[in-house]
Amino acid sequence: MRSALFALILMVCGVPAVKAETLQPILQTYATEIAKPSRKTVGETIDTIAASGLPQVTAFLEQWSEKNIWQRTDGTFFVATAAGDSLSLTDMDTQIKTTAPKSDFKQLKPNGGVRRLIATALVQFQLLDPDLTRRKTAVASIARRPEAAQLIPLMASIDGEVDVVLKARKIQLANFLSARFATETQDRIAAINSLSADTSVEARAVLNQILTTTTGVAGTAPQGNIAAILDPMVAPDSSYGALVESKLAPPKQTVSDIKKVLEANIIEGRIAGFPLAQMDDPLMREAAYSALAAQDSVPTLITKELRDAALFSHVFYEIYAEPNAQITAAAEVARKSADNHVTTAQFADLTLDALSLASIFFLAAIGLAITFGVMGVINMAHGEFIMMGAYTGYVVQLFIPNYTVSIFVALPLAFAVTFLAGVVMERLVIRRLYHRPLETLLATFGVSIALQQLAKNVFGTQARPLTSPDWLAGAWIINDVIQISFIRIAIFILALLFLCLIIYILKKTRLGLEVRAVTQNPGMASSMGINPDRINMMTFGLGSGIAGIAGVAIGLYAKVTSEMGSDYIVQSFMTVVVGGVGNVWGTLAGAAMIGFGQKGIEWLNPSNTLAAQTYMILFVILFIQFRPKGIVALKGRAAGD
Amino acid sequence: MSIRSTLLSTISAGVLSVASSAALAECAAPIKVGVLHSLSGSMAISETTLKDAMLMLIEQQNTKGGLLGCELEAVVVDPASDWPLFAEKARELLTVNQVDVIFGNWTSVSRKSVLPVIEELNGLLFYPVQYEGEESSKNVFYTGAAPNQQAIPATDYFLEELGVEKFALLGTDYVYPRTTNNILESYLKDKGIAADDIFVNYTPFGQSDWATIVADVVSLGEDGKQVGVISTINGDANIGFYKELAAAGISADDIPVVAFSVGEEELSGLDTSSLVGHLAAWNYFQSAESEANTDFIAAWKAFAGEERVTNDPMEAHFIGFNMWVNAATEAGTTDVDAVRSAMYGQVYPNLTGGTAVMLPNHHLAKPVLIGEIQADGQFDIISQTTEVPGDAWTDFLPASAVLKSDWKDLGCGMYNVETETCVQLTSNY
Amino acid sequence: MERTFIAKNPSILWFLLGLSVFTVLVTIFSEAAGSSVVSTSFLKILGKTLCLCLVAIAMDVVWGYCGILSLGHFAFFGIGGYAIGMWLMYDRTKDIVVGSLENNILPPTPDEITIAIGTQIFGVVGSSEFPLIWAFSHSLPLQLLAVVLVPGALALVFGWLAFRSRVTGVYLSILTQAMTLALSLYLFQNDTGLRGNNGLSGLQNIPGLEAVSQATLSLWFFWASAFALGAGYVFFAWMLAGKFGSVIRAIRDNETRVRFLGYHVETYKLFIFTTTAMIASIAGALYYPQAGIINPAEIAPIASIYLAVWVAIGGRGRLYGAVIGAVFVSLMSSWFTGGSAPDINLGFYLVKWTDWWLILLGLTFVGVTLFFPKGIGGLFDLISNYREKQQ
Repeated sequence: MRSALFALILMVCGVPAVKAETLQPILQTYATEIAKPSRKTVGETIDTIAASGLPQVTAFLEQWSEKNIWQRTDGTFFVATAAGDSLSLTDMDTQIKTTAPKSDFKQLKPNGGVRRLIATALVQFQLLDPDLTRRKTAVASIARRPEAAQLIPLMASIDGEVDVVLKARKIQLANFLSARFATETQDRIAAINSLSADTSVEARAVLNQILTTTTGVAGTAPQGNIAAILDPMVAPDSSYGALVESKLAPPKQTVSDIKKVLEANIIEGRIAGFPLAQMDDPLMREAAYSALAAQDSVPTLITKELRDAALFSHVFYEIYAEPNAQITAAAEVARKSADNHVTTAQFADLTLDALSLASIFFLAAIGLAITFGVMGVINMAHGEFIMMGAYTGYVVQLFIPNYTVSIFVALPLAFAVTFLAGVVMERLVIRRLYHRPLETLLATFGVSIALQQLAKNVFGTQARPLTSPDWLAGAWIINDVIQISFIRIAIFILALLFLCLIIYILKKTRLGLEVRAVTQNPGMASSMGINPDRINMMTFGLGSGIAGIAGVAIGLYAKVTSEMGSDYIVQSFMTVVVGGVGNVWGTLAGAAMIGFGQKGIEWLNPSNTLAAQTYMILFVILFIQFRPKGIVALKGRAAGD
Repeated sequence: MSIRSTLLSTISAGVLSVASSAALAECAAPIKVGVLHSLSGSMAISETTLKDAMLMLIEQQNTKGGLLGCELEAVVVDPASDWPLFAEKARELLTVNQVDVIFGNWTSVSRKSVLPVIEELNGLLFYPVQYEGEESSKNVFYTGAAPNQQAIPATDYFLEELGVEKFALLGTDYVYPRTTNNILESYLKDKGIAADDIFVNYTPFGQSDWATIVADVVSLGEDGKQVGVISTINGDANIGFYKELAAAGISADDIPVVAFSVGEEELSGLDTSSLVGHLAAWNYFQSAESEANTDFIAAWKAFAGEERVTNDPMEAHFIGFNMWVNAATEAGTTDVDAVRSAMYGQVYPNLTGGTAVMLPNHHLAKPVLIGEIQADGQFDIISQTTEVPGDAWTDFLPASAVLKSDWKDLGCGMYNVETETCVQLTSNY
Repeated sequence: MERTFIAKNPSILWFLLGLSVFTVLVTIFSEAAGSSVVSTSFLKILGKTLCLCLVAIAMDVVWGYCGILSLGHFAFFGIGGYAIGMWLMYDRTKDIVVGSLENNILPPTPDEITIAIGTQIFGVVGSSEFPLIWAFSHSLPLQLLAVVLVPGALALVFGWLAFRSRVTGVYLSILTQAMTLALSLYLFQNDTGLRGNNGLSGLQNIPGLEAVSQATLSLWFFWASAFALGAGYVFFAWMLAGKFGSVIRAIRDNETRVRFLGYHVETYKLFIFTTTAMIASIAGALYYPQAGIINPAEIAPIASIYLAVWVAIGGRGRLYGAVIGAVFVSLMSSWFTGGSAPDINLGFYLVKWTDWWLILLGLTFVGVTLFFPKGIGGLFDLISNYREKQQ
């Protein structure tokens, strides 16, 4: 049907593509390709459409990329937007607007690869467009698919650029492009040299592209810009494989090759005179094969000696794709220097990540630092308080759609909710068990399972969204290597704030004085007129409330599920214990040690995060065995024993 | 076979011969269908939906007049996301409740737990979820996707359509990602991708600290090649991953991500506006446009509630159950061996258009769909292949390339094509 | 000696009698004996419950008698399962592989056999090489030894380090919990070589006994579990009966005072910790062939806490309390989650026990800790106190 139509159009229009003033006929010529485009073949079509020089082309390409082009059953293309069951159509050439039922149309959905090609084709139209966003799109598109032909238009557009940021970006891109594509060697080398301190992924990509090499093997080293001569004995088997691939040596027999040959040569239960029963020994198999080879019925067995001899009689080399040795030499120097910068930057980034992880651990553990560290009450439901805080944030967002407002409502509300929960739990459970710490552990664990299951019943097991406001959504980008998301920075600041707040409360307020008095000697404290019950209740509430706030923060950066608390509970206890109980500074030290330790191990073995966690826990266990009081150990009477 | 079950089968054979003549007229007892999906624990969220889907399918079949003149009865048990419990409940279903077929399981480990029991008692299991392949049991029909029905086409899409030259294979540390990534690594090497251009990383379940890994992925672009991420990250961990991705400002145009375990349900846990254009590969999306799908969604919403969504494993159960019904009707009995022989070659229309065929290797031929994430949390289908026959043993790992599964003619799930022998009859669990 | 020991502890006789009667009854009504009252799947549940009772007793000794709240004993239980599971998997696979390689034209080389077994076992995690950890998996005696020695050694090293540094109370609990977490994370890794999240499966098929039906095998395992429980009970009762037991209980009540009396407290604690770890491991080695599969989720910290819950609910400081707790809670749990418990309609809300059971358990547990520290076993005290008063 469509091909018939296609033929009809061809007949009517003759050679339509060149002289038509309307876009539709050109599109009809390539209707199949436009309706179902594939990255590998669509390029030519896009080029032809772009080359037609019609004013409608830009709009069409943009709409196509945005998935706003619909095709009627008769093959005609329209710009359209869907509204319910109908479409409001715009004719591309006449701009006449109509509506039609959706069922007669099919939406065109070019895939990501095709969209990228369209964007490249649009560059020439957009680069000088008065609209800033279009110019930005064009520049971004060049950055994604740099091509030699883009250098001159890009250079030409720099002078006229009014936006300062975009102009700098254009200059930077032009520099990248000239390093690769400039015609004069001097220009290229100058551009390359300017990249030596650039840590951006794009700059390194430019250098690496210039330094692309291919490996090869030959009898003697070939002419050309040779990067290196390789030692075949580093990986002899794969080197020999390269020889075989270049047809310079016969293939080496694998174990299964030998096996197949032997199986094919069984004569009356014997292989070249060897009895079949002996063939369970690999050495005998080789011997039998060699005997067969001696009879010339199979190719000679490639032994280690033969292999090495073949390797030594050839040259293995790496050759640059770039023929000019001056340029590659300059690029090598620049890459080395850039790599040094990158290594430093990566170290800085890792430190930032570790700092961030430490602040998350600290935030999760700081409530415990009060309830467990200061009061000595072990609360296994601490993780569930974190969860309650996170769910509070979720519920608040259900009612307040503005993310910024909802966060500022959620934080105090989460504190209030968990403070209350903490007070209730203290009064009902913990107060009765002050002299039985092990039983507190068990009872609070009971509360923990009940709360977790309750959350499942209320909110379901599925993760719930807790979305950060836009101003927290991005990342602080120093360069392509060093960057950290704003939400992590916010967590870091929050952790610092809490540290200060708690130190202040404990050291500078009446409540803090009373708390310290009650924890050190409750009897003495109560005889001084302090009500230990009230103090314990307040302290526990405070610790729980902070857990609630931590929950909101953690939910913002990760996930909100009923099991999120149990992810943090063991880690949090270890943070407090390893840092030293009874001291907020200790918790800080513990969080820092665990955060940095974990990132350090991850850096040593980057492909396995689980191993990092495992070994970190083992390290902590050992650390506590040798320093049972933690990093910051209390001395004297405050230590308790 | 134990003394008791021998006795039992002799008796029941006797009973059968008497009953079969009367069976057509009226039914002595309803036909029992076991539903083995977790209703509590960590898998409940996914599996409860499948239990409901099974109940709906059974109800629909009963209104159509049941099966072989008998009413179908669902026997629902709860293995509580506890893997050993799956084996225990499967035994209970087969011996105590005497079910004729089981629809159930989700995750490989639960299937491996059930396999020995099903094979020992000659039961019949329909497994509806994508899995890593490298297994073939006489007693299991795999209605979910094998790697060549999901991972390989998605990788092809990356190679052909997006022009990806460097791959980051990120996965949660368990069997499905491990095996899938192994297959993909080997496949990519065949396609001429150098080993240095494949970055593999495994993270634990529920991982939330993604900053370093995302930074590693970004820095893969340093040699100017197009980078793409193939994600087999499971469940909740995806939320932190996508949040970090969005925070780092990585758009689908810079580094596209294709996920095999992210569906409509996982996306409901986050704001997808910054993820538009990232991809997922499945055999079914709710947004598929076909009449069958519209009807199915309408029936589902009427049965389970307006707000419920449909997903890929539900379609697998839909096809599997209907094929079983047709096979049992053809065989005239629900006897496992008879139904199994009748299953081969069964065809049933997919919800996404086209027809699914049951192959002799107990897998389906199904189309592969690739969808782009949209701002509303649904998927926009941008690519749909023709039906791809599922392959139990992948062609891209040397050890399994020589293996073939054919229960119909060869009667073997692990047939070595080179030596032309059956390696073993039981599956490897 | 023997007579006085039994005479001092009449509960042992009662327990053994009860256990024997129970075993005989179950045997008579089992499928292997031709009855259908106790189905094979239920028989497996009973056998597994006996193993859980054994590990609960071990937990009771270490916590209820010695005062060490270990949140790591289920880890030892799991190690036992893994140790026996490795042999079961290896040997079963070897039989299959050797059988299939016999079809080959050439007799297989040892390398070919190893690789074929490796592919079968580790193919699922994409490998075919045997990790070092499987070095002894070909030998049943060595793996049986590992069942006892590996957890023993682990407990010895861990305990020695911890007790030496005077890590006690809740700190020790947190450390043991961390140890459990580390172990389960370690096993979760595929690089460990124990098949990661999938664990070891198909353990109910005992190599060499393919001809024996599961009904019979389950009965044999049930007997073995019953015997192990009986033996473990008597062993612990005997151990705790004499002066040694008094010292252990004294450590629980006041460690410092015992130390000042000249006892080497650390050695006592270390002995108890290690012995119970070994017994827990034996229980695990009997449990997992009945469960059929072991994987790292079994060892998650929560499992060890549940163990403490059983003992607390059953009543700590008395061996039968642990048994009661394990039986009561695990059977209740499977009744509530099995869907057989009737839903309660409150009019405005339908209480489904699959959803609410954990809340009930959690709150019950809080209640027991607060109000009945002696647990269910405490009821027996009430009865005997009442009797004494009557006399």
